[in-house]
Amino acid sequence: MSLAFLLIAFLTVATAAVAMALRNLVRSALLLGASWAGVAAFYLWAGAEFLAFAQVLVYVGAISMVVLFAVLLTRPSRDEGAVSPASAGRLLPALIAGGSVLGVLVGAIVGSPLRTAAKPPLAFTVRELGLQLMGPHAASLVVVGALLTVALLGAVVIAAPGRPGDREDPR
Amino acid sequence: MNLSPLHLCLLFSSALFCVGLIGALSRGNSILVLLGVELMLNAGNINLIAFWRFGPAPAEGTGVLFVLFAIAIAAAEAAVGLALVIAVHRHQRNIRLQEANHLRG
Repeated sequence: MSLAFLLIAFLTVATAAVAMALRNLVRSALLLGASWAGVAAFYLWAGAEFLAFAQVLVYVGAISMVVLFAVLLTRPSRDEGAVSPASAGRLLPALIAGGSVLGVLVGAIVGSPLRTAAKPPLAFTVRELGLQLMGPHAASLVVVGALLTVALLGAVVIAAPGRPGDREDPR
Repeated sequence: MNLSPLHLCLLFSSALFCVGLIGALSRGNSILVLLGVELMLNAGNINLIAFWRFGPAPAEGTGVLFVLFAIAIAAAEAAVGLALVIAVHRHQRNIRLQEANHLRG
């Protein structure tokens, strides 16, 4: 197993764990951007270049920016973005649940004889991807486009302030 | 014990999934819960790519297409989720999950 994969995996999981444990939401969002960049590096390592670029564009570029905007818009004015740490009453059951899920998954993965390919698959170029998307998968591409349009319109409608008559509650 | 690259990729995605799960379950802030869900989605995508790359019958590009559509759905989900967070914040002035217990502002 290559050293690059182990490095990518360690950095991705470590940045994600630190981001989930931090109290400062802005730092959490930035560290999660680093974690998503690690996932993009994994895609590059696995030979899916187009997906790596899509991951960088969508996650590292767009979603982390939207998350940062949401953090800054919803930040309470007094304390600088720090949120209360997870209370022990929630942290302990979450750790138990997550740890048991991890144990079950690791046990199942290590215990199952997975067959792997003898030779690596042929390179899947962007040209073939485009042919697949426009040929056999054109219908699902249209459906995803319609879904994205509807979801983004709905997001604008939900987040926009209402009519001037029914403004928000006083602080 | 001899672990193939596919095993290691699956272990990597399991670790990432559980980090996201623990984060989503333990934090009270709704933005962090949403980010935990995004981490779990990424772990699922890593699984798909691992099976596409190392699986016994690497069909032409199935895993890549699956992950491409999953990324699009995840982007839509993040946009709607953060819009909901902003709407809740406008009505209640905080985004803690325990206090967001009614829908009408």
